[in-house]
Amino acid sequence: MTKKDVKAMDERYVPAIHFQQVHYSVEDIHILKDITGSFPEGRITTLVGPSGAGKSTLLKLCNGLLSPDSGEIFIKNKHINRYEPVQLRRLVGIALQSAPMVRGTVMNNMALPKVLQGETLSEEEAAELLDDVGLESDFLHRSIKDLSGGQRQKVSIARTLVNRPRILLLDEITSSLDRTSTQEIEELIVKINQKYGVTIIWITHNLQQAIQVGDYTWVMMEGEVVETGESELLKAPDNEKVQRFVKGEGEE
Amino acid sequence: MSYLTLSITLIFVLIPLVLSKTLKLGLEKDTIIATVRSIIQLLSIGYVLQFVFDTENYLFIFLMVTLMIVTATLNARKKGASIRGITWKVAATLVFVEILTQSILLGFRITPPEAQYIISISGMVIGNSMVLAILFLNRFTAELEARQDETELILSLGGTPKQAIHSQLTQAIKASMIPTIESQKTVGLVQLPGMMSGQIIAGADPVQAVQFQLLILFLLLTTAAVTSIMLGYLSYPTLFTQRMQLIRGK
Repeated sequence: MTKKDVKAMDERYVPAIHFQQVHYSVEDIHILKDITGSFPEGRITTLVGPSGAGKSTLLKLCNGLLSPDSGEIFIKNKHINRYEPVQLRRLVGIALQSAPMVRGTVMNNMALPKVLQGETLSEEEAAELLDDVGLESDFLHRSIKDLSGGQRQKVSIARTLVNRPRILLLDEITSSLDRTSTQEIEELIVKINQKYGVTIIWITHNLQQAIQVGDYTWVMMEGEVVETGESELLKAPDNEKVQRFVKGEGEE
Repeated sequence: MSYLTLSITLIFVLIPLVLSKTLKLGLEKDTIIATVRSIIQLLSIGYVLQFVFDTENYLFIFLMVTLMIVTATLNARKKGASIRGITWKVAATLVFVEILTQSILLGFRITPPEAQYIISISGMVIGNSMVLAILFLNRFTAELEARQDETELILSLGGTPKQAIHSQLTQAIKASMIPTIESQKTVGLVQLPGMMSGQIIAGADPVQAVQFQLLILFLLLTTAAVTSIMLGYLSYPTLFTQRMQLIRGK
């Protein structure tokens, strides 16, 4: 797949997020270098690459937790800085990698996005969102401390959905989970995408997962995008770097 | 007390020195520095105070209080090095606490507007305010670091910086105020406050000494609350950018 092919394919999608020559660095260390590309509207894009590739940083740029040093980011064809930060973060929700929780019960955490706006969340609504991520409604009154890693990740996703985001960013949420939980999360990502028509960007370091769940995939290495395209096509990548990454995966 | 008897009291310095040496605590150097500094600092302040009380000039009172605030600021700011503009924030807090307490004391004619009252009480207020500022900054920076994930979570869900830091801020304010409140619960039962003891030793009526001590204790409650809260609310906005992003500590 040549660069030209990638471009041609991009035009078939409406971009939900578009990056234009984005750079980001921390104290002279380049985390992201010259990122240009789009995430298609209403689809699941998987973002794959080894750790340290800049994937998490890229997600945080999408909902304004970080700002680029240079370059432009457009969300739904509008420049990111033209959104109020609060409005942007409600439109573009993120489930952080560590699934941080506030103290208390699952309900306390589910209600948090509403509480921050001075509103309340009904138990029915909370229960419905929990159902979307495959948790029973009796989880609502459980203490955060009693959740397993997989349950925590599910609550984190459900809580992000409370704001009814149009774009959902999922950081590497399956990295610390066992095979069954990982599979459950993969299934619920597809389910949420279909039910709410929400654009999803999902980070994983597992290429198999990326191809299986994603409609579209970005491969990142050392702060650069080395390949983008329909996930299926990555099964036979001709990019040397991607091949090396695929090989590395196989050996694991 | 003569200087000869005072020099005998150096036995109390000798004891920890010997202990430190035998147990290899390595505290000898610091103990000696602390002893020498306290001798020089207290003796010189004694002579300075004598001079200021004799002249009864408000300019000197003002200079003394200013010196206290500057020294306290320089000492406390080290603990908040990660917070931008911490020097002026600590200074503004100390100045405000000093003005507030003295206005109430002098305004209600609780204490007379004389050097001996203004300077001694200011010393206690500013000293305590400094300790409170250090306690607060220590705890606040520790809370920020330990709970950075939570701050980021609240921002990511569309919360404001104030919401994102609220829990850490109130924790730090509470934690820094607790020692002041707790020590007042047992005062008189366990420890006799230094100022009261000093007055009693100097021959003052114990009840009179107690009344003054109560005044100081109440004063320190205000000092504690105002210092932590004011410093907290001055500090937290500088941790965030215009775009509501957390500025990472470097």
